[in-house]
Amino acid sequence: MKVSDNDKDMQPLVRVENLMKSYANRKITGQCEEVRAVDGVSFTIFPGATLAVVGESGSGKSTLALCLACLEKPTSGNIQFEGADISKLAEKERRTIRRKIQLIFQDPASSFNPRWSVLEIVAEPLALQGSLSRDEIRLRALALLEQVGLSPEMERRLPAELSGGQRQRLAIARALALEPSVLILDEALSALDCSTQAQIANLLVDLQSARDMTYLFISHDLAMAAHLADEIAVMNHGRIVEQGPPDKILKQPQTEITRELLAAVPRMTFARPEAQ
Amino acid sequence: MRYLLRRFGHAVFLLVGVSLLAFTFTTLAPGNYFDEMRLNPQIAPETIAALRTQYELDRPLPIRYAHWVSSVLHGDMGFSFAYNSPVLPLLWVRARNTLLLTITAMLLAWGIALPLGIWSAEHLGRLPDRLLSLGTAALMVIPDLALALGFLVIAVKSGRFPTGGMVSLHFESLAFPGKLGDLFLHMALPITALVLSVLPLLLRHVRAALAEVLDAPFLLAAEGHGISRRTLLYRYALPAAANPLISLFGFSIGTLLSGSLLVEVVMSWPGLGPFLLEAILARDLYVVIGGVLLSTLFLIGGNFLADLLLYWADPRIRTEASV
Ligand SMILES: Nc1ncnc2c1ncn2[C@@H]1O[C@H](COP(=O)(O)OP(=O)(O)OP(=O)(O)O)[C@@H](O)[C@H]1O
Ligand SMILES: [Mg+2]
Repeated sequence: MKVSDNDKDMQPLVRVENLMKSYANRKITGQCEEVRAVDGVSFTIFPGATLAVVGESGSGKSTLALCLACLEKPTSGNIQFEGADISKLAEKERRTIRRKIQLIFQDPASSFNPRWSVLEIVAEPLALQGSLSRDEIRLRALALLEQVGLSPEMERRLPAELSGGQRQRLAIARALALEPSVLILDEALSALDCSTQAQIANLLVDLQSARDMTYLFISHDLAMAAHLADEIAVMNHGRIVEQGPPDKILKQPQTEITRELLAAVPRMTFARPEAQ
Repeated sequence: MRYLLRRFGHAVFLLVGVSLLAFTFTTLAPGNYFDEMRLNPQIAPETIAALRTQYELDRPLPIRYAHWVSSVLHGDMGFSFAYNSPVLPLLWVRARNTLLLTITAMLLAWGIALPLGIWSAEHLGRLPDRLLSLGTAALMVIPDLALALGFLVIAVKSGRFPTGGMVSLHFESLAFPGKLGDLFLHMALPITALVLSVLPLLLRHVRAALAEVLDAPFLLAAEGHGISRRTLLYRYALPAAANPLISLFGFSIGTLLSGSLLVEVVMSWPGLGPFLLEAILARDLYVVIGGVLLSTLFLIGGNFLADLLLYWADPRIRTEASV
């Protein structure tokens, strides 16, 4: 999980440089007001590592995620993925990149087609690969469901008939179906209760070691971020105001924002798995 | 399955209800077919009385209804006084022509409304979308009758289109492609009038239904799987927006049918429209009832088709219905 020091000369998988995304919000008066949702963000993520982006509501985390997943075009700056700039690609090339950078949405429930069954939802990205037969798709989909801890009996259910935790697992299964190299989790645990949070967090850790995945973990929960990540970036008003290893962020917060986020964490000891 | 059975039950119930109503109202209406005969001095009152008994006009309503139902079950649907023949075969010839008009208009209208509405929803609020909305709004306020009359004027003025009928006088002498061309030429204006009368409504609904789902996060999620915009629109967004549109489909059959009856009268298309009008004026009782019933049947058929489509398109209805 943790990138050891001698890996430092490794090529980063994702390198974001001075990323900016602004929206034009039309006010009632008819004037346009520019909102800079992401305002000059830079960071790198190495293969197999986890970067946590933490910040309060409205700090631009989801916008950052959408830009990285090629679902929004950045206003300026660039995003390098596997060494190539993907922020200015044509639509067709962006489509192939999208498969490699999967985003799990902040609200998983609404990210499923309400008419599709659990099996259909997981099968859809598999079918997109085009090379698999129906039976193969089914088998793989069931295997994915099992991998994220959903029982095969659920295959016929509709998303509305799942619990919050089950939906989150389904969202993970669907994202894994395309075998992405980067998984962006936007507040993946925020809507869940504590024990479910812990279960899904463990699932994420297991998947990462099994598949050598790279995570961008977005959260407003500094404790969970510290638990999962190798590095934490604290965002405020579209900028990264502080960045460093979890221990440092937790023990010596440099900014007021971080201290506020820390204060919001329920008092408990951070059981952080020691690096190998 | 229960859902479909229930729908079927509704349909039968509705049909019986409409037939009862049509029966009661047409008999309650003042006058009957034989009243005009009475003015004719050459027909003896006894003959008329005999005819009235023969056609059971003097028997009580329930008995006549019962007899009529049995005649429906025998495939006659009563007897036409004016044509001196069972009603169903008469109606069927006209109904075929009406169906030809409505079904073609229906396919055309939806064939235009779907892609155009989707395109409009995708460009929501931009100039072309606004122009289109303006155009549909303008078309909406023109009554169907004015539309049909307008096209009739065009036909007369231009001289390029036939001004009535379904085929030319020399139709029988034409070879097959010529026959088809002749039919097309006769259909062109009535169809255009019909299509234009429903198109604005369909277009607006398609646009609104799609605009609503286009923002749905699950479409963004699908886009995140690397799906092309086109596939996204037609294979993901359209099915998600389909429920209200399928109901509208059932409804549009009714609108087109009633519109068609009107257009047929104006453009003298040999369909149910002019036939029924004539029957009403002559008080040809069973033809009127048969025509009303047949139109209801088409309507119900259309809505049943819509229900079937809905059942097939939305698994949520299926599970809801199975519990
Ligand atoms: N599509 C959009 N159009 C206009 N403004 C937007 C849009 N998306 C986001 N914004 C604005 O950008 C800012 C950042 O939003 P974003 O969703 O990225 O925040 P966030 O950090 O994910 O917040 P949360 O923790 O509540 O999810 C907000 O002020 C928001 O109003
Ligand atoms: Mg967010």
